[in-house]
Amino acid sequence: METTNYQNFRIDAENICVDYNGKVALYDANLKLKPGQICGLVGMNGAGKTTFFNALTGFVNISKGKIRINGESVRAAQKDQSIAYVPQNEGIDSQFPINVWDVVMMGRYGSMNIFRCPRESDVQAVKDAIERVDLTDHLSTPIGNLSGGQRKRTFLARAIAQRASILLLDEPFSGVDIRTEKLISELFIQFKNEGKTILLSTHDMIHVREFCDLVLLINKTVVAYGEMSEVFTPENITTTFGGISPDFLFGPES
Amino acid sequence: MALCSFLTLDSLITDPLTHEFMRKALLISSLVAAVCGFLSSYLTLKGWALMGDAVSHSVMPGVVVAYALGLPFSFGAFIFGVGSVALIGFIKQKSRVKEDTVIGLVFTGFFALGIVLVSKIKSNIDLHSILFGSPLGISLSDVKQTIFISFLVVILLSVFRKDLMLYCFDPRHAKTVGINVFFLHYLLLTCLSLAAVVGLQSVGIILVVAMLITPGATAYLLTDKFDNMTIISVFSAITSSLIGIYVSFWFDLETGGSIVLAQTFIFLFAFLFAPRYGIFKLKKIFAG
Repeated sequence: METTNYQNFRIDAENICVDYNGKVALYDANLKLKPGQICGLVGMNGAGKTTFFNALTGFVNISKGKIRINGESVRAAQKDQSIAYVPQNEGIDSQFPINVWDVVMMGRYGSMNIFRCPRESDVQAVKDAIERVDLTDHLSTPIGNLSGGQRKRTFLARAIAQRASILLLDEPFSGVDIRTEKLISELFIQFKNEGKTILLSTHDMIHVREFCDLVLLINKTVVAYGEMSEVFTPENITTTFGGISPDFLFGPES
Repeated sequence: MALCSFLTLDSLITDPLTHEFMRKALLISSLVAAVCGFLSSYLTLKGWALMGDAVSHSVMPGVVVAYALGLPFSFGAFIFGVGSVALIGFIKQKSRVKEDTVIGLVFTGFFALGIVLVSKIKSNIDLHSILFGSPLGISLSDVKQTIFISFLVVILLSVFRKDLMLYCFDPRHAKTVGINVFFLHYLLLTCLSLAAVVGLQSVGIILVVAMLITPGATAYLLTDKFDNMTIISVFSAITSSLIGIYVSFWFDLETGGSIVLAQTFIFLFAFLFAPRYGIFKLKKIFAG
């Protein structure tokens, strides 16, 4: 497989459409990402960011189009543990009786046997992942007792333990402290060097500018895709955000 | 049985055990409690209390029809339990009516059908024992069925323990790493229907939902570890069954109601005095 062109694209989505009971959530969306690329997914609430993620992870079925992950089908990518999803803090039940170690271990479930008994290698992977997000002191802390930033790092560690080549992050910077933000940005550089591909959704342009190589503006479909400088034109911004001026979005300093 | 006929605490406990029906009731109710308690942690975390109520009420016509046809009652109950869930899903998808409304109208419809059937089908069905349970009068064939179903549910839940926990916690992640979420969803529903079937032996159709949610809710207040939650849930469910049956024997009370009341009291105790999540936070009081 080394010679085939899947090496060129980790994510290759062509003209994908998703509808829920006849209501169109996303149509004709395209995205191609290579190893080591970091792409920001930008759009308003309800513009289809979560739907896009759901389509890539196989959580919803696409009604049209084609998705290839590392050259394979989504189903095969799931079996290969290729994609890791890091949820929004609001997307999880923080009162669930589970601690940091057990959450991170869930990253290994897909490659364990049916009883999900951790092997030596799984334990090691979890240990390493927790160390990389600097939570070694909180192994047995229930997630309900963690700060927003620590919780975010826990789910990042789960993605690391999974050893996925693609990371999907839903609002990775919302509600996190500065320390976590710094740690995430350091991890991004490491992931890039490891050839992982990152797709992150955000509404904060400053983070896009700081971390992303590429931007995908969406509003039910792709408004624009490419490098920051090409994509952030006033027209594109208007189409994406329905007429709100870029000054408002970027803040006065830009 | 009058309380005054017992002289010592010892005889209060041991005398009832001389009756075969009491030994059988204590054994079966403990088993049923263990099964429902085990499942309870998943249902409370998944937020399926109303679903539990719906399924347990919907099994009613199944029980009646099975009795009338001479089939194992658990078979009929299971068909209608799963059928109600399928119907809820179907109506929710095809109409604009909100989910809790759909759940409410489907299960009351099934339940009403069951009651009408009882009045029409001439047989020796004892409506009272179906509605309120009769662990003291359980027949041998029902004992066998209950034991078989209980072990089946415990085995299923044990094997898929971790997957079900992941499914309750983060189904999206489960799907992303290639775990069959569709299967887990129906596995949990199947276990719910089966647990409702055995639970109604003990406390009857009307109260079986308490067996499915109260122990889990109690345990949830007492721990932050999932495994401990399951253990506490099972333990509190068994304890309440034993207390309920003894109390009903001593004071000549309805058994099913006594079991559920015992569960409710244990929950209230946890609600007030749980070390971390109780209103009075007992740990702090002890610590000074």
